[in-house]
Amino acid sequence: MSALLVGYALLLATMVMLALFVTLGKNLVHSVLGLALLLCATAILFVVLRAPFLAGIQVMLYAGGVVTLMLFAIMLTRRGAGVEIVNQHIPGRRLPAALMCVGLFGLLARAIHQTSNWPAMRSGPLPTTRDLGLSLFIDHALAFEVLGILLLAATIGAIVVARKRDHGEPEAQRRYGRTTLPREGKS
Amino acid sequence: MNLPQILYLACGLFCIGLYGALTRRNVIGLLLGVEIMSNAVNVLLLGFSRFTGQVAAQAFAVFVMALTVAEVVVGLALVILLYRTLRHTDVDEANHLRS
Repeated sequence: MSALLVGYALLLATMVMLALFVTLGKNLVHSVLGLALLLCATAILFVVLRAPFLAGIQVMLYAGGVVTLMLFAIMLTRRGAGVEIVNQHIPGRRLPAALMCVGLFGLLARAIHQTSNWPAMRSGPLPTTRDLGLSLFIDHALAFEVLGILLLAATIGAIVVARKRDHGEPEAQRRYGRTTLPREGKS
Repeated sequence: MNLPQILYLACGLFCIGLYGALTRRNVIGLLLGVEIMSNAVNVLLLGFSRFTGQVAAQAFAVFVMALTVAEVVVGLALVILLYRTLRHTDVDEANHLRS
């Protein structure tokens, strides 16, 4: 039993350390990879909390999809080969933000500390994946459909926003002035 | 493992993510902070689901995950548009999206 407790403590400490690494790291690519590790550690915590289906979704959707998308965005917004990717903090804002975050954590921790009679570890039947599916498609069916519409709208919006709208002007020409190919009609 | 430990962990992760979202100079770093915050909320929901046996908390966690993914997709599209317009991804100097 005590080995289990040590394992839990290690998992929680790993998650906090990884979150600090993602937030305070200097290299943006390292931060994103640290986020992938943090999300995998969260998936392990989900398994401990008896939600294996959500752990699977977490690994597939976040560690697989979101992190890849973020790496793509970093690579697309580089200034060129050899240029350091800036990932600094805004200097004048570090102290107020740190005070605010520590204050918020102190407030929440005080509220948790003062609360008594927490529910004990439940010994009865826990919700299974089958229960989750029934809940999603029967009790929350409307919300689920609305969520599908929202995802569709977000996808279309992202495509519209990120689309190139240069009206036929090639990007090389805009960047370097003239392209090597002269247009027709000019000499 | 008991419920207050999960709550402390979720609050700690949320505050760390909030610090990142408030202080990062790069938009992608800011999105990483938001990602940690929504992850903390999921930990909280699943902790309550484990200790009270409510399946609705897990359904909520599914919704939170889907909403976060939608937010990240739109956010990264905006990052790419920002880079194409201003040639950098600095939060403080991004006052307009059309140059």
